[in-house]
This record gives sequence, structure tokens and C-alpha cells, in this order.
Amino acid sequence: MKTFRMGGIHPKENKFSAGKQIQVAELPKQVVIPLSHYIGTPSEAVVKKGDVVKVGQLIGKANGLISANVHSSVSGKVNKIDVQLDATGYKRSAVYIDVDGDEWLETIDRSTEIKRECNLSKEEIIRKIQDAGIVGLGGATFPTHVKLSPPPGKKANILIINAVECESYLTCDHQLMLEKGEEILVGTTILMKALEVNRAVIGIENNKKDAIVHLQQLAKNFKGIKVEALKVRYPQGGEKQLIDAIIRRQVPSGRIPIEVGAVVQNVGTTYAVYEAVQKNKPMIERVMTISGKTAPNPGNYLVRLGTYLASVVDQAGGIPEGTGKIVGGGPMMGRSLMNLNVPMAKGSSGVVFIRKEESVRKPVKNCIRCAKCVTVCPMGLEPFLLMSQSERNMWDEMEDNCTMDCIECGSCSYTCPSNRPLLDYIRFGKTTVGGIIRNRATKK
Amino acid sequence: MDKLIISPAPHIHGGDSVSKDMTGVIIALVPALLVGLYFFGLGALVVTLTAVASCVLFEYLIQKFMLKGSNTVMDGSAALTGLLLALNLPSNIPVWMVVIGSLVAIGIGKMSFGGLGNNPFNPALIGRVFLLISFPVEMTTWPRPVPFSAAYLDAETAPTTLAMIKDHFGEIPSTLDLFIGNMGGSLGEISAVAILIGLVYLLVKKIITWHIPVSILATVFVFTGILNLANPELYASPVVHLFSGGLMLGAVFMATDYVTSPMNPRGMLVYGVGIGIITVVIRAFGAYPEGVSFAILIMNAFTPLINTYIKPKRFGEKVKI
Ligand code: SF4
Ligand code: SF4
Repeated sequence: MKTFRMGGIHPKENKFSAGKQIQVAELPKQVVIPLSHYIGTPSEAVVKKGDVVKVGQLIGKANGLISANVHSSVSGKVNKIDVQLDATGYKRSAVYIDVDGDEWLETIDRSTEIKRECNLSKEEIIRKIQDAGIVGLGGATFPTHVKLSPPPGKKANILIINAVECESYLTCDHQLMLEKGEEILVGTTILMKALEVNRAVIGIENNKKDAIVHLQQLAKNFKGIKVEALKVRYPQGGEKQLIDAIIRRQVPSGRIPIEVGAVVQNVGTTYAVYEAVQKNKPMIERVMTISGKTAPNPGNYLVRLGTYLASVVDQAGGIPEGTGKIVGGGPMMGRSLMNLNVPMAKGSSGVVFIRKEESVRKPVKNCIRCAKCVTVCPMGLEPFLLMSQSERNMWDEMEDNCTMDCIECGSCSYTCPSNRPLLDYIRFGKTTVGGIIRNRATKK
Repeated sequence: MDKLIISPAPHIHGGDSVSKDMTGVIIALVPALLVGLYFFGLGALVVTLTAVASCVLFEYLIQKFMLKGSNTVMDGSAALTGLLLALNLPSNIPVWMVVIGSLVAIGIGKMSFGGLGNNPFNPALIGRVFLLISFPVEMTTWPRPVPFSAAYLDAETAPTTLAMIKDHFGEIPSTLDLFIGNMGGSLGEISAVAILIGLVYLLVKKIITWHIPVSILATVFVFTGILNLANPELYASPVVHLFSGGLMLGAVFMATDYVTSPMNPRGMLVYGVGIGIITVVIRAFGAYPEGVSFAILIMNAFTPLINTYIKPKRFGEKVKI
């Protein structure tokens, strides 16, 4: 079975919510829709206080190239436009909407009937995706239409659908594949058309056998789509790792996947593309997982954008006793939340409760030079060395030792027997080195 | 509800710890220790207990009264050093020498550099080589293997295979005896099969990778093979070399010491090949019949250099310009 060729770990999977049907979360009383995502320029508000909006109506217009439209996820009245602390702890401007009823734009096709035909041209497809405000739902939230428009001179020859879901606990993509398999395949076909490629591979880790079998069955009716089972290994969902696993090519340092002829899209994004192109539905809701070892009711929920995480968690039975940490996203790459009074955003894949015993970091000891961090690093770096250079502010040396290649997967910190906070220091070093590199580029 | 903990990712840890790794190596050494106890009886027991107890005690005392830092004696590394030292000694060596060896191993080999993680040389080997130089006679008279022997200092002695080869006398044990360990030697080095079982355990538990042991053994095999082909009269067969002396123990347990070996696969291979070559050169051309300890210590000295100049294979194809 295929997998990436360098490093990697296998944390306990803990997929407690696997196979749990997607439940539609209750409509909240108020939503707070952030105007920006983790990546890219914030969009510009096109509504003002007092405006009445419908579900799917544009409320924030993309601003610049790396930016995405934002739509209202509810119907009701704009209460205010104000700053809000989002799940990442940053202040971002957001539109507050008081919910009234559930009235959708007439243009949106809300039927569950699957629409297979798509006769749009490449340009029309990309335009529709852009209008719908679709971004990568794997967490990086990079605008999808940008990824579909390769830089001049570059051409994709394969589309890779990232259905790996290699983080422990999370099951939203898994469940989506079980329930919306055919829609995902139609979405894949649409993306293939947009990229003008005739080959697509859907990569799924082998702990989701039911989804693999299901999609393989369905894929028989679709030309050029292959479903590939992958060995369970973290961080296989990393773009470069997934490409390596599937086409045995390693994207060069500092380059993007198109360099080796690949474009990667998340499976949730693919479903959103289907809805946008075939059903005229903008990005207004997504599936997220609520889970944890002692979570009373781990499950997968279809949640409207801007819903307070607290309200979804309440529907899933509340915060379990003995929780020490709440993580937005998966436990390896997610962020710890100060509280649940943050709105869910396009990149929110889940909320995971970590028990107190597991939340407290163990005391840091001397590096015993065991080289385990080197062995597990999927990028071939030397985390122990980068950490000590970061501690000593040795930025040039860090750059020479390829620190910018670090994908922040956390495998090194996860593995270190001396509990050294390797990634904390590397991340800090990366920020500094990144700044130095940018400075140098502007001076030239 | 209590205050939530806020910290950067990752939010989970694999649960590996220094003491787990040290315990893992100790477990992997159990087969070799059992064979030692079987063939050398009482003497092996006395030497092992003395070495382990004195290493732990010295580490505790040095940390408590000299370094005054937090006490790490419970992480198992001192006990491991003691065990490794014992396995590298003849089982008929007097207790007081074992205590001196332990003091040198822990005091000079490890704590004088600041404790675990900072020592450039393998502490157990520092202890062993110190004893070898100070007490050459006691360190090179090995007892004859007698199952469940009750003898200690009075054990009947026997030469090692390598000494026989060096000085061209006696009958070299059969390959089977070499393999299971029915021959004279240090108390933990005799049984290749027991050490190989330990190696499998270390690999399965991911405590070490294959690079160092395999590159050392392969190098010795090839190098002695060439010598043997060139002059079978003078140079023993590669199989005999592989299974005699401290090579197995050295390749699997001494050279793979975390702190003193290189930190990426490429570096490990260079280090392993280096140890293999130096070992054979000493065995074939040097004054001592055995050279594994020296070879490892010499390559320990090169480890920082290897780490600086030999980098792991980075992810990513080279861009054609
Ligand atoms: S976080 Fe960076 S340095 Fe650590 S294992 Fe992942 S890629 Fe390597
Ligand atoms: S895993 Fe930890 S102890 Fe081992 S080399 Fe890396 S930093 Fe040092």
C-alpha cells in the first residue's frame, strides 16, 4: 500500500465519531461571520447595520487576488459589523447577523437530487467557484479558484483529492464520503474540467475502508477517477506528502505542487465545489467533528458558518468533565481555544476535547541525541538542531538548514522522549527567518 | 470549569520518554546477560550487580553533592551504563576494579561533561578502556565457560578466539559454539544469538534504526572476507570475526548509544563503516587482539564532525535551472 517515503508517525487514531451520521446543527439565534480567513486579505463588507439578508447572499466581497467572497449563512438582520476574536485568537472584523427564519436565495437549488451533467466551460466553472467563496476546507483555507488557475507556463496533469484525514479524532471528511460519495465524484469531474486534466486520484487512508469501497464502486461510472487506499500515517494529509505518496514525486523546496504537475484539493472542498457549480450554493456551511476521549456524544455536525462553537458543542452534550484543553481542529495541528465563544469559520474541521492528564506538557529534559526527531521528520530536517539554533538566535544557520521547509506537522515534538518543545522554537525561528528573507527580497 | 490550557500544537505526545528508552535497551540486553550468567555463573552475577549498583550510586552522589541539579538518576541511564560496563568485563575480575571502572565511567565518562546528553564518548567504554589500560592482565584473562559455575576469582581461565587467531594457537571453536556463545570472553559478548535477539527487540520497539549495527557488521564481514581470501593462513574467516570478540555487543549496544553516535541515517552509515574498518585494522594489524572498543571511541570523536557535514536527505527534488 502506498504512503509517503520520508518520516512520519502513527498517533492513536481515536476516531470515536466514525460512522456517525451527519446531524444538522440547530439554527443559532445569532451568527458572527468573519470577513477574513486564516490566509489572504480580508474581504470588504457590502452590507451595513440594519440590512436584511437572505441565506446565501453576498455580505463580503473578495479584496485582491488571495481573498474570497463571504456569504450570509442565515436569513435575518445585520446587527453590526465589528471585531471579534476568532478561533485562532486574532481580532478580525466580522458581520453579526440576528437570525430570523430561514429564507434562502431563490437561485439556490435546495433539492437533494444529484445533478451529474455540467456543460460549463473551464472559465465559467472557475468563476462560479470564485463567486461562491470556496476555500480549502482542510484547514489552510486557501482560495480554491487561485489553485485552479496555475501560473502561466505551468500545466497540471493530475488532480489529487485529499481525503486522507490523517489527524486523530476527525471524521468529518470520512462521513461526508459515505453520505455524499456521488456528489464528491461529480465535484471531482468538475475540478478535472477546470484544470483540463483527464486523471484524478482520490487518496484515502486505509482506516476508512468503507469509504474506499463505496467510492471505488461509484468511481466505475466516472472516467479517469481512481480511488487509492493509503497506509495510515501522519502527516499524509500534507500536500507534499500526499503527492509523494500518490505519484512518487517530491515537490522541490519552496515550490508549489504544480511544479510536479499536480493540484491537490480537499475532499470537503470538492463537495463544496459540486454544490457551488451544480446547485448555485455558496460556501455557507460545512461538516465538523465534535469529539474527545470522554466526549458524551462524539459526532459529525453540519454547521452554518458563524455559529458559535459553544452552541454546537452544547448540542453534542457539552464540554466533558476533566477537559484540560479544547482544540479547534485536530490535535496535531489545531489551535488550543481560550473558550468556545468563537464563531466557526470555513476552515473549522472540528472541536476536540483533550483530557487534563494529556493537556499538561511533561517536564523538558536534556536532548539525549536519540535522533528520533530526525527519523520522523517528513521533510528530512534536523529538529533538534533547528531548536538549538533558534534558542541561540542563529538565523542564518537555521536558513541554511532548511528551516523554511518545515510544514509544522509537529511529528518531532510528538516523538521527543525528552519532551522538548521542538516545534515551538522552530516555528518562532521560521517567522524570524521568513521576515529576513522577505526583507532581503524587497531590498533587491 | 477550570481554566483551559493554552499552548501551541501539537496537543498530544507519543508517550516516549528517556526512561522508557533506557528500560527498553536494558530489556534488550537480558538475553545476553542470561547467557553470561549461564556460562560464567557466580562471577557474572557479582560483577553485574556491582557495576550496576556502583554506577547508580556514583551518579546519585555526583548529582547530589557536586552538580546540585535536578536528580536524573531514575531515568535508567546510569543503570544501563553499569550493565553495559559489566557485559564488557571478564567475569573473574575483582570487585574493587569493577567499582573503579564504574567511577570512571560515570564520573569522567558522563558527569564531568554535564550528564546525559552532553558526553562525547560512550561512558561504559571509557570505563572499560580505563580498566584495560590500568589492569591489562586482569582485563585479558577470561574464564572458561562452565554452565552454572560457582567459581568467581578462582575460575579456570581460557583464551578468547581472537587471541588464538592473533597468536596462532589453539583450536578455534566451531561456528555453532561461536554463535551460541560457548567460548571464553567478556561476560556479555559471547553469544551472538542472544545479542541478535536483543537487536530485533530494539528495532521492533523503534529504539534504534538498523543503520549502525548493519553497517558495522557488513563492513567487518566484507573487509575480513577480502583479507581471508588473500591469505587464509594468516587471517580468519569473516564468520569467525563476526561472531567472536566484542563485535556483536559493540555493534548492537555500544556503537548505537544515542548520545555519542551520529543523528541521521547517512551519518550513521559513515560512522558504522568507520567503526568496521578500524576494528578490522586493529584486529588484523594492531597489537591488541580486539579493537571494537577503541574503534567505537575513535568514531565517537568524529561524531560531531559527521553531524556537521553529513546532513539528512532533505525532502524535495532538486530544481533544474
Ligand atoms: S514540525 Fe517541522 S521539523 Fe518537526 S517534524 Fe514536522 S516538518 Fe519536521
Ligand atoms: S527527539 Fe528529542 S531527545 Fe531525541 S534527538 Fe530529537 S530533540 Fe533530542
